[in-house]
Formats: sequence, C-alpha cells, structure tokens
Amino acid sequence: MFMETKINTDLTSFRIETRNWLEKNCPESMRGPAKDPSQLFWGGRNGKFSSKDQEIWFKNMLKKKWIAPNWEVKYGGGGLSIEQNNILNQEMARLGCRKPHYNFGISMLGPALLKFASEEQKLRYLPEIAQAKIRWCQGYSEPNAGSDLANLQTKAIDCGDHFLVTGSKVWTSYADKSDWIFCLVRTDSSQSKHIGISFLLIDMESIGISTRPIKLISGKSPFCETFFDKVKVPKENLVGKLNEGWTIAKYLLTHERKMIGGVGETDKKESIKDEALNKLTLTNGVLDDKILRSKISEFEMNEHIFNLTIQRSMDEEKEGKNPGAVSSFFKYYGTELNIQREELRLSINGFSGLEWNSKVSENGKLARYFCRTKGNSIEGGTHEVQLNIIAKRVLGLPSK
Amino acid sequence: MSLVLNEEQKMLKTSAKEFLDNKFPLSNFRKYRDNDFKSVDFDLWTEMAEMGWTALIIPEKYNGLNFGYVGLGQVIEEMGKRLTVCPIMSTVLISTSVISSSKNEFLKSKLFSGIMNGSVLICLAHEEGNQHHPENIQTSLKRENGNLILNGKKNFVIDANISDYFIVSAKDVSSSNTILALVEKNQKGVSVNSKTLMDSRSYSEIIFKNVEIKNDYLLSNTDDGKNILEKVFEIARIGYAAEMLGGIQQAFDMTMSYLKTREQFGVKIGSFQSLQHRSALMFAEIELCKSIVLKALQSIDAGEELSKNASLAKAKLGLTYKLISNEAIQMHGGIGVTDDSDVGFFLKRSRVIEKAFGDSNFHLDRLSKIGGY
Repeated sequence: MFMETKINTDLTSFRIETRNWLEKNCPESMRGPAKDPSQLFWGGRNGKFSSKDQEIWFKNMLKKKWIAPNWEVKYGGGGLSIEQNNILNQEMARLGCRKPHYNFGISMLGPALLKFASEEQKLRYLPEIAQAKIRWCQGYSEPNAGSDLANLQTKAIDCGDHFLVTGSKVWTSYADKSDWIFCLVRTDSSQSKHIGISFLLIDMESIGISTRPIKLISGKSPFCETFFDKVKVPKENLVGKLNEGWTIAKYLLTHERKMIGGVGETDKKESIKDEALNKLTLTNGVLDDKILRSKISEFEMNEHIFNLTIQRSMDEEKEGKNPGAVSSFFKYYGTELNIQREELRLSINGFSGLEWNSKVSENGKLARYFCRTKGNSIEGGTHEVQLNIIAKRVLGLPSK
Repeated sequence: MSLVLNEEQKMLKTSAKEFLDNKFPLSNFRKYRDNDFKSVDFDLWTEMAEMGWTALIIPEKYNGLNFGYVGLGQVIEEMGKRLTVCPIMSTVLISTSVISSSKNEFLKSKLFSGIMNGSVLICLAHEEGNQHHPENIQTSLKRENGNLILNGKKNFVIDANISDYFIVSAKDVSSSNTILALVEKNQKGVSVNSKTLMDSRSYSEIIFKNVEIKNDYLLSNTDDGKNILEKVFEIARIGYAAEMLGGIQQAFDMTMSYLKTREQFGVKIGSFQSLQHRSALMFAEIELCKSIVLKALQSIDAGEELSKNASLAKAKLGLTYKLISNEAIQMHGGIGVTDDSDVGFFLKRSRVIEKAFGDSNFHLDRLSKIGGY
C-alpha cells in the first residue's frame, strides 16, 4: 500500500513537472493540428525545419530525449515508464502539442528492432532514430504482393559477406525522401511462401536503388515505387534469423495498424460537431438539417467511445494483457471513423468543400484530404484483411 | 480513472458468474417462461441478498456495503447473459438509488434493511405514455384538509406485480413541483393490471384513485423531486446498458459456437468469409460497448458527466444489441427462428429493454442537445 501511494505521488509530480515544462517549452504555434503535412518535421539527412518555432520545439524535446520517450536511455530514448509515457501523451494532448518529429523509424521499425535486433544493431540504429538523424521508409508491398503480402518476390541472393537485392517495392511512403528502408526480401524460394522471407535494412544511397513517386487521386504523392537492381547489402544488415523475417514483419504490422488507427495520437482534430456549428444554420439551437444532425450524433458517439476503447486497451496493457490481433480492430475502426469524418465534412461544407485549387480552400485541402482517406481502408492491410485477422485470430473461426 | 475493474470488482464479477452458473443458468429462463413467470423465485432472491448484492449501493451508515455502481453493474451484466429473472433492476438499482438520493431518513431506515435482506421489493412507477418521457407527468398530488391525495395512471411499470411498494412520480397540483411518493401495494385506491411483453416478463399498468399518501412517505422535498428523478433515470439507463452488454456477449458467443460446429457444403459455416467479416464487425462494436458501459458505471460513482455517459451508453448498447440479436438469428439460420433455440430470447429482450428509459433514437437526439446542436 505504501509503495503504491509512493508511485502515485511520483506520477502526480511527474505530471505537474511535465505540464509546466510543456507550457514553457512548446511554442504557441506548435499547438493545435498542423495545417499541412509539410508542417510536420520528418528529420533525416535532408531534414529541414519549416519554421523557427518548429526547430525550437524539436530541439527542446530532443534535449529531454522525448523524441522516443519510452525507449531506454542507452538507445537514445527518454527511459520513461509506460505510465510516465501515457502521462506525457495526455499532457501533450491537453495542450494540443504537435508531435515534434514524425518517423516510421519510431512508430514502426523501432519496436521491431527492440524486440528482434541484436544488441549491436540496436545500439547502431536506435539512437540515430531517436535523434531524428535517419529517416526510414518501409519496403513491404510489391506489385504482386498487396493483401497477399507473403507472396513477395524481391530476391536477396547470398554472396558470402553480402546479399544482392533485386526486385521492386510499391507503396513505399516517402521513399524519395528517406535515408534508409526496412525491407522484406525473399531469401529462399524453395519453401512455402511464409518461410524464406528475411528482414533487411538497406541504405537508400546504395548503388542500384531508384524511386518513382505515385500520383494519387488526391493529386499528391506520398507514396513511391522503389526499384532494386543488384543492390549490395552487407550481411550484418539482416535483422533476426535468415528466412524467419515473417514473424518480424507481422509484429511490425501490428504497430503500423495501431499508428494508422490513431492509437496514441496526440494531435487533436477539429470536432465535426464544432465544424457543423460554425458553418450550418440552427433554429432554437437545433441544426436545421435534421438528417445530418442525426448522422453527426452517431458519428460523435462512435468517435468518443472509440477513444475510450483506446484508453481501455492501454489500461489493460498496463495490467499485462497482450493486445495482439486486436490491433486489427483499431486499424479497422480508426480508419473507418476517419473516412466517415471526411464524408461528413463534405456534407457540412457544401460546394466550397469541393474546391480543388483555390487559395481560399488552401489548394483544395478538404477535397484532397477526402480523396486521401479512400486509401485509409486499403493501406496497412485492407479493411477486409483486418476483418479476416479478427475472425481467425481473435474469434477463432475455422479456415475450413 | 483507469478503464479497468479493480481487484475487488473483478472478484465480485467472478463470484456472480459462479453463483449464477450454478443457480440461474440460461436454461432456467425457459423454465420460468414456460411456467408463465408466476412469481420470481424468492428463495433465490434471498440467496442473492445473502451474497450481499442487495446491499451493494446502500451506504455504510445504513449497514450497506457502499461497494459502488461499477460493482453492481458487473452483477447486472452477468444476469444479462443468463436473462436472470429477479428484481435487481427495480429494487436494487433504481429504487435504492431514489431512496439514497432522498433526504427522508425515516424511509431510509424503514426500507433499507428490508431491501438488504431481500424481504422488501420496490419499483419505480413513472412512465405514462407509450414511449419513455422524463417530464410527462400527469399523475397529480393534491392537498386536501391536510391530507395528500394521489390520482393518475402509470404504464410499463417493471416488477409491479411482485413489489410491496411503488415509488410514484407526480406533480404537486399547487406548486407544479415533481414529487416522489411511496405507495403501498395494498393501499385503498391502487389497482394493478399486469401484462406480459415480448420478453415474457411482466409489466404493469397501475391506477391510483384518490390514494392517500402518508406525510412521511414523500421521498422528495418541495423542489428536489425533479433532480432526484433525473439522476435516477441516468442510473437506470446505465444499469440497463450493463444488462444489454451481458445479453450482447451471450448472444454473440452462442453464435460463434454455432459457426464453429454447424456444417454445410461439407465445411464449418464459420469458414465462410461473408459470415467471418460480419462476425468481426460485431466483435468491433462489442469492444466499444464494453468501454462505454464501464465508463458510464464509473461516472455514476464519480458523479461526472453523468448525462452524456448515460446517453452514450444507452444509445450505443441499444443499437448494438439490435445488430447482434438480428445477426445471431440470421447466422443460426432456420434453427434461429424456432422456439427451441435460446437466441430468440435475446432478440425479444433486446427490443423491450431498448425502450426502457429511452431508446437509441431518444438518446442520439439527447446527445445532440447536450452537444449544443
């Protein structure tokens, strides 16, 4: 009982210190949602700050080692406990602090390295990520390996002290801007498709790698095709055991799903309700469009309860319950809500929400983002793949 | 507050599970129904009282356990899985909450001990129309020669057929204040007409004709009747959401078992992707239901954002119980529409319970109002 009280007191003082620190060190302009993805700081060899405040905010957080707050100190992290990390997230959300740095190295690769990499690899790669020096991208999907990811064909041939990698990846987010890529490659074709896959780390500056952006229906190009032509990759860049990369791939995917589903996100979105109140007419405090009103009500209900469910899952995790396949549920539901949100925003904003180019529409921000959300139910495993995983792994429904 | 049960609450849930598996498995519901629910099993109710369930939310000052609503919610959820027939909602959840909120010390000491030992049953008589309406009160209380006289008609009164007392909402004719009055079932001028709804349970119409209310039988003072009633409605909504959560999980589990055993075309029907995807969607909705029910129960104990959480819980659970009970029948196929299968019980219960204290449409509308749109 005494111990528990002590811990609670410590956490309370941590919360107060964190709150004070954030209030002092997070510039005003770094609070509230970013207007555009270009306002987020992605770091890396060519990382540039889009404003002075962004630089100040990043450097303040870096000094605290809060770029990867919950990683061990020896790996460049802040060494925070789960409870402290949650408090930091809550306090950042309370103030509306933007994340100081975005990197798939933190949200996806980091957790996989922590679990599967050798100590040497951890000490080499993690601090670079925690200091935003290296920007990572993900080489998973291929033209013939989308939902059927394990069908991937990019080959890595064993050449003694190195592999020679040949093939192509698709949907590599920001490959053209990234420094390194974590890649699934086939190292054995003689076995069933889930066996014979290995997990490789590859420097994007290697000879033989080229990228080509893919233009989406939103008009933007967050994704690329990435081509490998006899790329030489040192053997020490293999994570985990040869031919056993599928386990790492799956583990990493659970983190990707959580990220896409919005778990642990601190950036606040404007509520649909507030947007409706700002833009639509009311009579006696009731929206004139009654049908839209009931849709907003149901959406707000589900969004609110989904956020509670994220909280419940984190509280259960603290008790040692493994979230496992439930990440598919978060990915499915979180993206579904995002899609519904943008559909409602189009309803609320009328013709002006459909503008594509004008300055007043910030270059068609709303319409383009609406188009972008159509990818949410596809990337990181389609809705259908997530539902398959829930049915089989959580509900235990039979394959035959 | 952490969104998980604490150790004591977990223990209570486990003991409720074990007790009910033993004493009131789902198969008992069928026996009761086939016996026309002549009465609840009073011996069983006494045993539940001995378990302490009737004392869970009674303050320690009156020898109660003061265990809180989260705990009571766990018992109710377990009953929801087995469709347990007993006066937990009417007497323990709702009436005890009214009496606790009241300042009438005489009635507290008079009623709490009987509620706790299982000998006294009480129900709330409020609804007058065909839908839930918090403010529609035509039943009147007037003062004549120093006597209080009650007149009116109540509808959809849960457990009136077995209750010893009714807590009646009425309008004070002189002040228009909402009054809560305690009426004994055998009082002159009280007539109870019970009927059975789709869920096979008894609901009653009660007529009060010039019923004399004793002066110390008022549960509200001049101006707190409306507040007590509103708070108790929120508690009732959340309590029923907890029961729905139980029913939802049971109907879903039965359906998943069926998908894993029933074969057609030479394979288990659970291997069909169309059923798998719908099952996964139901799983997702149930995850949300668990979160809001726990949050809402916690909000009663904490006294925070009660209205919003009550409406969130009642709306979400109402919609989800509908979804799950419909799908449970569809996935059971032909057997699902036969009386031999238990899944139909959940369909019938879901529609009745959704109406209690406001259906999903009522609460979605209320959420809009709370949100200011």
